[in-house]
Amino acid sequence: MSIAAPIRVDLQLIADMVESGGRALDVGCGDGALLAYLVHFKRVDARGMELSQAGVNACVANGLSVIQGDADTDLRDYPDDAFDYVILSQTLQATREPREVLRQMLRVGKRAIVSFPNFAHWQVRLRLVFGGRMPETPSLPYKWYDTPNIHLCSIDDFRALCREMDVQIERQIVLNRNSRPISLPPLLANLVGEHAVFMLRR
Amino acid sequence: MLDDLTDAEQRAFARCRHAILGRERPLRLDCGVDLGPYRVAYQTYGTLNESKSNAVLICHALTGDQFVAEQHPVTGKEGWWESMVGPGRVLDPARYFIICANVLGGCMGTTGPLAHDPSTGQPWNLRFPVVTIADMVRAQAALLDDLGIPDLFCVIGGSMGGMQVLEWAASYPRRVFAAVPIACAARHSSQNIAFHEVGRQAIMADPEWKGGDYRLHGTAPERGLAVARMTAHITYLSQAALQRKFGRNLQDRNALGFGFDADFQVESYLRHQGSTFVDRFDANSYLYITRAMDYFDLADAHGGVLAKAFSGTPTRFCSISFTSDWLFPTPENRAIVHALNAAAANVSFVEIESDKGHDAFLLEEPEMFRTLTGFLQGAAAVRGLRNGT
Repeated sequence: MSIAAPIRVDLQLIADMVESGGRALDVGCGDGALLAYLVHFKRVDARGMELSQAGVNACVANGLSVIQGDADTDLRDYPDDAFDYVILSQTLQATREPREVLRQMLRVGKRAIVSFPNFAHWQVRLRLVFGGRMPETPSLPYKWYDTPNIHLCSIDDFRALCREMDVQIERQIVLNRNSRPISLPPLLANLVGEHAVFMLRR
Repeated sequence: MLDDLTDAEQRAFARCRHAILGRERPLRLDCGVDLGPYRVAYQTYGTLNESKSNAVLICHALTGDQFVAEQHPVTGKEGWWESMVGPGRVLDPARYFIICANVLGGCMGTTGPLAHDPSTGQPWNLRFPVVTIADMVRAQAALLDDLGIPDLFCVIGGSMGGMQVLEWAASYPRRVFAAVPIACAARHSSQNIAFHEVGRQAIMADPEWKGGDYRLHGTAPERGLAVARMTAHITYLSQAALQRKFGRNLQDRNALGFGFDADFQVESYLRHQGSTFVDRFDANSYLYITRAMDYFDLADAHGGVLAKAFSGTPTRFCSISFTSDWLFPTPENRAIVHALNAAAANVSFVEIESDKGHDAFLLEEPEMFRTLTGFLQGAAAVRGLRNGT
């Protein structure tokens, strides 16, 4: 079995939130980098779900337990409390029904860990206000017509949704361009943060 | 129990092992009949390790048999899964102790309609009890008991073999560490049953079939069995694969014959498939085994909820389907995965891009081999199996 290589800084942050020895489901697990890390270094019983067939095949060929599936439709197959953590990394904004996906995550998992790009980052704001064009930034590198990101939100939007859904925010980490955590008051974080990672519970 | 064997059975027995089971405790079949004693013909590759932790059971498909990875004693062709089993292959006999048993109802040495009813001394023919996939699996479990193998590292099979894999995992969860159902379904669909019925009707409409007693009459329903095979063979291939292989090419001629000979290559190919099949397969056996597949409905046996078949399962699953398989299409395989998810089972699922149809699972499919190698290595690591035995 391959030993996991060092993983992306934002994935490392998520991995650090997961306690050793538990059960986790990584929704949109891509090539399985986070899964492999959780399995090998944190002894987590980690499973994955991935939309792209190439991603799934790569994961399974690396000995990871991954199924081809869609966050919007396939989370509902899992029973309540099946996992300690359900992780959705950089995928929420690409789902058709983010609110329902979040609800399902918190039904299936005792905790949900969600990371997403912040659409209220100052560069995004500048590009739209002064450039008059749909923003393209390093974390949002797509043209308006080919972006998979159909439900973008800001950090404040996400907090508001959590309030509305009566979901507890256990931890929140705001990251700069280099995925380093930054510590700022909320209003400023929503302006300067490029990404955010939230840990939620019911 | 070895008297009055067919030629094919005699040649099979010369090349494989067999066990006589059910002497003390007969096999209670789903139809209510107690069967015993009965014979199971099987082949093995590799060596069982000291801790008996490296056994792999291969479940064969409808017309497969125990000769997985060697020249077939009847047809002389290479084994039906030589792409999967052998030195350096996914299932390497240097690492695993590989077992494949001819299914109950089969015609390559295991008890089926060809055998004699011990109570009358007469051939069973159509008086053989109807067997199910679960009965086949019970017979395999009894064989493992006889061999002193407590549990299996892996049960693997495609098509009807996949059904047996699912039945194994549902009936004997503690004896199955890893399960690999390939290109299969948890129940036979209406279309699946329909195709089988066409095949059975072809056999039974052959005047040589004689109500199943053809051996007593010295006849053989070869035409009927060949037509059954021809029909079934079409379902194993995709439209694209047939078109690529044959198109509208003519066979041994430059123009249409304006008659009913095999003008087209595809006709000639199917006729060949049919006529070679009758040399190695028994018509009554074909009736029984297709019936077993038709009767398979794993959810029905668990209160109509497939997930209940797997509740609390400790088994690791890897399910595989193929994009062009219309006999056991991806949604049927995915239904199994959904049920496993609902049971919170450890499951991987891969759909493999292939235009080779249902038969893809028997062919060179590098993506399938990569997937299975990874899955088995992951499982072996958890099981504590080392390379070599």
